[in-house]
Amino acid sequence: MTIDWYFILEKLILISGVLALSLIVAMYSTWGERKVAAVIQDRRGPNRAGPLGLLQPLADGGKLFFKEEIIPASAHRFLFILGPSLAMLVACMTSAVIPWGDTLVIAGQEISLQVADINIGILYIFGVVSLGVYGIMLGGWASNNKYSLLASVRAASQIISYELAMGLSLIALLMLTGSLSLKDIVEQQRHGLWNVVYQPLGFLIFLVCAFAECNRTPFDLPEAENELNGGYHLEYSSMKLGFYLFAEYINMFISSALMASLYFGGYSFPGMDSLGLPHNVVTILGFLALFLKILVFLFLFMWVRWTIPRFRYDQLMRLGWNVMIPLALVNMLITGAIVLFRQG
Amino acid sequence: MQALTDRVKPVDRRPLTFVEKLYLPAIWKGMAITFKHIFQKKATVNYPEEKRPFSPVFRGLHILNRDEEGRERCTACGLCAVACPAEAITMEAAERKPGEEHLYREEKYAARYEINMLRCIFCGFCEEACPKDAIYLTETFAPANYQRKGFIYGKEDLLIPDPKEKQTV
Repeated sequence: MTIDWYFILEKLILISGVLALSLIVAMYSTWGERKVAAVIQDRRGPNRAGPLGLLQPLADGGKLFFKEEIIPASAHRFLFILGPSLAMLVACMTSAVIPWGDTLVIAGQEISLQVADINIGILYIFGVVSLGVYGIMLGGWASNNKYSLLASVRAASQIISYELAMGLSLIALLMLTGSLSLKDIVEQQRHGLWNVVYQPLGFLIFLVCAFAECNRTPFDLPEAENELNGGYHLEYSSMKLGFYLFAEYINMFISSALMASLYFGGYSFPGMDSLGLPHNVVTILGFLALFLKILVFLFLFMWVRWTIPRFRYDQLMRLGWNVMIPLALVNMLITGAIVLFRQG
Repeated sequence: MQALTDRVKPVDRRPLTFVEKLYLPAIWKGMAITFKHIFQKKATVNYPEEKRPFSPVFRGLHILNRDEEGRERCTACGLCAVACPAEAITMEAAERKPGEEHLYREEKYAARYEINMLRCIFCGFCEEACPKDAIYLTETFAPANYQRKGFIYGKEDLLIPDPKEKQTV
C-alpha cells in the first residue's frame, strides 16, 4: 500500500486551518461577548487595547499565561490536569466533520473544505460532544472541592438530560434528509429549501438544547457563581482555567456551525448556483455565507445571555424532561407520519 | 383585612396561561428590549479623552490669591480656619519685616498655611469668610496620592504664581 503524501498534506493544512479558525473565533468571542454585554447595557465595552479594543483577547490570553499555576494539595494531580485538556481536545475535535464549504479546484485537484466527510457525521459529533462532559466531571471531581463537585454533577445531569431531547429533535430531521452525513444534508438544502422550513419545532428544540449543552445562560447552572462560588473550574487557575473557558467558546462556535449546517443551509445561500461565477469564487462566497450565519448564531448566544436570567435547577430539569423530550417526541411522530404519508 | 393605604397592590396569583407557559413570547419581548438598548446613547464618558464639564459653581481645590503687584493677600487672620466646619485649615502668623513690603500686602502674613485635603469637605465657607479675598476654590480637584501627608497642601501648593514673574517669563 502506498501512502498518499499529498492527501495527508492537504488534510494537515485543512486541519490546522480549521483549528486556527476555531481558536481565533473563540478568542474573539470573548471580545464579542464583552462588547455585546456592554452595548446591551448602554456601556462601551473594551476599547483601550488597540482600535475598538481588538487586542483585548491577546491581552487576556497573555495574562492567563502569566498567572500562577496552582494545583491544590488535595487534588488528584493527573485527573486535575486531564480535565481541562479533555475539555479542550473534545471541543476542537467536533470541528472535523463540519463542511466549511464546497470544493476548491486547485491545479486540477479537487479539494474538499471538510476535514472528514464521514457518512455518520452527526453521530460522530454526538459521540464527541458527550465526551465533553468528562472534562467537566473529571475537573470538578479532581479538584476535591465540594462546590466544584456539585457544579460538575449539575453539568453532567444537565447535559445528559438535554442530549436526549437534542437527539430526538435530530432524528426527525434525519427522517427527512435520509442521511447522517453533514455534507449530504447541506447539499440537499442547496438544491431545496432550508431545513428550518420543514422542522421549525425541531430547530427550536435543538436551539434550546444547544444552549443547555454549551452551559450558556439561561442554563449556565454549572457556572452559577452566586450559588457555587464559581463552578466546576473553581480550583483552576492560569491557562487551565483558560482552557475551560476557551473550550466553552469553541463549543459555542461549533454548535453555531452545526445549527447553520443542519437547519440553515450551511455554506449554501439562495441563488448560489445561478451566479455564473467561477467554481472557486462560489465556494469562497459559500464559506463566507456560512461564517455569517455562524456569527449571527454567536450573537444570538450572547444576546440571550445578557437578556434572560438563570433557571432554577428544578425548573431546568422539569423543562428538559417534562417539556423538551415530549415535544421532541411529538415532533418526531408528526414528521414520521408525514414522511410515511408521502411515501405511501 | 382592611387596607391601611390606598397603594396596596394585590399580587396576581392566577396560574400561568398556556401562552405564558410557553415562555417564548416573554423571552422574545425581553430580547426586543435588550436589542433596543444596543442603539441607545451610551452612559459612559471616555474619561481621559473626554471629560464631563464641571458646573459653574463647582468647588474644588483651593488657591491663595495675590494682589496685582504679586503680594500675598492673606493676613493670617484665621477667619477661614474658624469658619471651616471640618477643621482642615491650620496657619501660623508672622510679622512682616521692613524690606518685605513687596512680598506681603499687610504687616501680618501667614508664615505657614496648610489645608488638609482629606479633611476638607469643599464647602467653600473659607472663601466666604475671607475678608481679604485671599482664598478661592477652583475647578480642579485634589489628585490621588500614595500617602496621607501628600494631601496636606502647604503654601507652596496653594499660592498662585506671581503675576509679575509671569510677565518676565
